[in-house]
Amino acid sequence: MNRDSRWGDWLNAVSGVMMIVALYLVFLYAPREATMGDVQRIFYFHVPSAWVGFFAFFVTFLAGIAYLRGGKRRWDVVGFSSAEIGVAFTAMAVITGSFWAKPTWNAWWPWQQEPRLMLVTILLLIYFAYFMLRAFLQDEEQKARFAAVYGIVAFASVPLTFLSIRWWQRLHPVVFDRGGTGLTRPMLLTFLFCLLTFTMLYFTLLLHRVRLARLVDEVEGLKKRLYSGERG
Amino acid sequence: MQFLNKTLAIVWKDVLAELRTKEMFSSMFVFALLLVVIFSFSFDLRVEKVAEVAPGVLWVTFAFAGTLQLNRALSAEIEEGRLDGLLLAPMERSTIYFGKMLGNLLFISATEAVMLPIFSVVFNLNLIRPAFLLTVFLGTVGFAAVGTLLATMAANTRAREVMLPVLLFPIILPVVISAVKLTAGILDGLPWASLAHWLRLLIGFDIIFLAVSYMAFDYLVQG
Repeated sequence: MNRDSRWGDWLNAVSGVMMIVALYLVFLYAPREATMGDVQRIFYFHVPSAWVGFFAFFVTFLAGIAYLRGGKRRWDVVGFSSAEIGVAFTAMAVITGSFWAKPTWNAWWPWQQEPRLMLVTILLLIYFAYFMLRAFLQDEEQKARFAAVYGIVAFASVPLTFLSIRWWQRLHPVVFDRGGTGLTRPMLLTFLFCLLTFTMLYFTLLLHRVRLARLVDEVEGLKKRLYSGERG
Repeated sequence: MQFLNKTLAIVWKDVLAELRTKEMFSSMFVFALLLVVIFSFSFDLRVEKVAEVAPGVLWVTFAFAGTLQLNRALSAEIEEGRLDGLLLAPMERSTIYFGKMLGNLLFISATEAVMLPIFSVVFNLNLIRPAFLLTVFLGTVGFAAVGTLLATMAANTRAREVMLPVLLFPIILPVVISAVKLTAGILDGLPWASLAHWLRLLIGFDIIFLAVSYMAFDYLVQG
């Protein structure tokens, strides 16, 4: 636990500093986009949020496999912690995306017209179901096992879902076209740095969430010992 | 060979139980019929060409009726302690999965087989075509493959009947989309070449999810 909190402090500091640098880059260093104006700056936080969302669900998938192979509680904790962070960041991507979409596309969330938005909608639904499943199971071990299986099945369906949504869209006229990513060098640099910052932030949050879950487990253990002590 | 025999034994057990009670088939059939009636009323008022909504109505009906079957098939096994009996039998657990999966496939297909002529009459479309039957079969395989796995999961939770659709529908989306697209394409008489990618997607989904469910099922029934 000591080692964990030292890691935590270190990660806190690094991601804090990186976040400040990222803010500087986004608002002061990166040039103003010619056609979209300042609203384009959302992109530097929007895309990394979406990336962290996907990455977090991928980690849940890997943790699910690891849990089923070894049955170690640790992997279950990593799995649901990562799924929680994934939902939060995906929601963040949706919200920042809406801010960008309103002035650019003139709609907050035109999810039926844009395959990526629809995929995000489905992803959120899938991981809400993941948490519902956990909530409706009582036995901790069973909860971990079922959640691991669902995390794997869910993630396996994501590429197929994306493919089918994209093909489905293709038959409709393309309403929104983002065009090429005409990023200048400073823009690209800012973007890559933000991507790195958010990935760092993800690991920081994951570490803290896992530590929290472990403390909860410890408290539960202590409670049990206390109760059994009273009875015996 | 032995694997096949054992799998078929489980299917036969379900068929026999169903033949004696007839409760599953009749409830699924009546439910599907009601859905068609409700759909045809709710769309009749606005839609000019029925063929445009028919594929969607068809697959929503199949998915809802199928969910009914999946829920029943697995919660009955668990409620009455029959699953423990199956687990005690000298066979691999994947045999149970395939047995239940084939049973579900059989019952859902039977309902679909009865529903298709009714659909054809109600919507005034000819649905009994080889290409269309293939689509229905492949779609049902994908549905039963994931459905059996997730129904086993849902049957163990506190909120059984609610849990299955919540778990199943977001995962099954590629099947629904590709099956609806194929159905619409066949009804519109589109050339086969322009539909082949949907068929590939459907087959791909079936293979991937049969494999994933086969591997994962062991972990659901242990302990």
